[in-house]
Amino acid sequence: MAAWRDLQHDLAEHGYVAGDDLAMALHLSLRLGRPLLLEGAAGVGKTEVAKVLADLQNATLIRLQCYEGLDAGHAIYEWNYQRQLLAIRAAGERGEAGADIEARIFSEDYLLERPLLQAIRQDRPPVLLIDEIDRADEEFEAYLLEILSDFTISIPELGTVHATARPHVILTANGTRDLSDALRRRCLYAHLGYPDRAMELAILQKRHPGLEPHLSGQIVGFVQALRKEDLDKTPGVAETLDFAAAVAGLGMSDLTEDPVALQATLVTLLKTQADRARVPTELAQRLAGKAA
Amino acid sequence: MAGVTRFPARAAGPAERVAGFMAHLRMNGLRLGVQETATALEALATVDPTDAGEVRHALRAVCTGNADEAARFDDLFAAYWLNRGRERAQPAGGDSAPTRHQRTPFVTEALSASGQGKGTPDQPEGGEGAAEQQGEGRLVAARIAQLKRTDLREMVSPEDIAEAEATAERIARAIRDRRSRRWRADPHGRRLDLRRIARGAVATGGEPIRLYRRARPERPAHIVALLDVSGSMTVYARVFLAFLKGLVGADLKADAYLFHTRLVRITDALRDPDPLRAVNRLTLMAQGFGGGTKIGGALADFNRFYARARVGGRSVVIVLSDGYDTDPPDRLAAELARLKRRGCRIVWLNPLMGWQGYAPVARGMAAALPHLDHFAAAGTLDALAALEPELARL
Repeated sequence: MAAWRDLQHDLAEHGYVAGDDLAMALHLSLRLGRPLLLEGAAGVGKTEVAKVLADLQNATLIRLQCYEGLDAGHAIYEWNYQRQLLAIRAAGERGEAGADIEARIFSEDYLLERPLLQAIRQDRPPVLLIDEIDRADEEFEAYLLEILSDFTISIPELGTVHATARPHVILTANGTRDLSDALRRRCLYAHLGYPDRAMELAILQKRHPGLEPHLSGQIVGFVQALRKEDLDKTPGVAETLDFAAAVAGLGMSDLTEDPVALQATLVTLLKTQADRARVPTELAQRLAGKAA
Repeated sequence: MAGVTRFPARAAGPAERVAGFMAHLRMNGLRLGVQETATALEALATVDPTDAGEVRHALRAVCTGNADEAARFDDLFAAYWLNRGRERAQPAGGDSAPTRHQRTPFVTEALSASGQGKGTPDQPEGGEGAAEQQGEGRLVAARIAQLKRTDLREMVSPEDIAEAEATAERIARAIRDRRSRRWRADPHGRRLDLRRIARGAVATGGEPIRLYRRARPERPAHIVALLDVSGSMTVYARVFLAFLKGLVGADLKADAYLFHTRLVRITDALRDPDPLRAVNRLTLMAQGFGGGTKIGGALADFNRFYARARVGGRSVVIVLSDGYDTDPPDRLAAELARLKRRGCRIVWLNPLMGWQGYAPVARGMAAALPHLDHFAAAGTLDALAALEPELARL
């Protein structure tokens, strides 16, 4: 069997159902040592890929959650200023020479490792997840480019830190803004869409093995039908799983049996007031009826 | 999966065929360098090259860089390797979700001759008579009489176009507000920069004598422009396109769309460094140019497919339209309200407002008014330029 099929199989063993696209992209990214950029709507399992990969390889998962205004101090490294100031003061009272103090306070002891630095200083290759890269601003992308291309970080006071192990890098984005071409070109790319019926069914069976086949078929059919409705927030796979948990938790054996209960479980799928209003009891019942 | 690649006699070997494929992708607008060709060959070495499905997945991961390209890749792949898609090993995985982007026939585009085919524009349906009598919409309306049969691209002089672009760039620069979350060194800043203070304190024996400060700099707003290119707007389309090009060129985050009966994203086409190809792409996208307008429908598409990811609290949405809508007016109002809930500001620029005695009588326009942050004339370049201070205040 081809190596990427093995990988797909292993992922499934660890509870992640990956499409051919994704399995191949992940396989290539591991083989070629290139970062993998995953794009897709919220809740299709982008972040999960990294978690499962770390699990699979028995590697540490280092996660960097991006946000607007993320800077080098929070992503790469920072000096521990309070300790430095205290050390300077204490040393001054002991009459230590300036050069000694400087050498001491700009040493490892006073360095705070942030995820990117941490990731390249591991003994074994970790999985580095850079989540929602499109939320960070362009300046940060530029830092990242430097690190992703040669896996070295230069700290002016300490010198250049070379990677002891090359991390497997996974970046996720959901289109808050366009990423620069330079970053895209450094990465392999896979786009994750909403899964089709068969795949979603497989995911559901992996995650909730106890569910009746009839009910899980209904749940998947219902969510798939709901995605075709005109909603503000289309439910993702994560929502499907929550919904299944809610339905199972309420002890329902058929979606159509109790309209009130079904409507109550919709809180797991519809996350805005407008969306709730768009799916009244009648529509939910009709969709559930068709999903059977 | 029986789609075994057949090499035509002229190809020397796999490397050359792959290089040819990369050239084929490049011709179709994918941005690929020499590095990618090397990566593609490397990637092929790790898969079974006789299996078309495997090869396609591998090349897709290497060659594509965004959702649009990934969606188009299968067709491009089939066109090159499988004799124009006669054989399709398997359907595209994960493609079951509704098409996020309007796909344009890029293969056809590559074959088509250079930039012909916009055809002669329709005459403006609304208010042509008014233009001839009152002649206030200076930029174009005054010239309507002799331009009835002229092609769109000759509609205005190159100087006008250049000026429209320059105006747009100025406006894009003017719409700056909302402070950034990132801190920058600033002597009058609000917060102390501990990093620099600690560094400076070393020199003074641990006494932090010089206090460095940081502040949050101003950040430009994110501009999204929607241009109406329906029949009643064709006379303005050329200038406004130049205006959009200016907006998109001045700001990497700006985003531009055309709409008539459907909505097309043109940001990438406007950024295309090859002007001839940009015209080609736009021409194809603008099919239906000069037809009816469905503003409500176009906005609904925008809300559904693009707004979610691209419009936020820092966005300014600029709609360039005359408000003549064939959809019911309440649809337009509802979609505007929905857009508004994303926290953006909406500016409507209406070329007809430049005309004397124009009141927003179009029913669509009347319905839209309550949801707008700013409603202004845009029939002349002067009017566009006059917007700068107004928009800067928003």
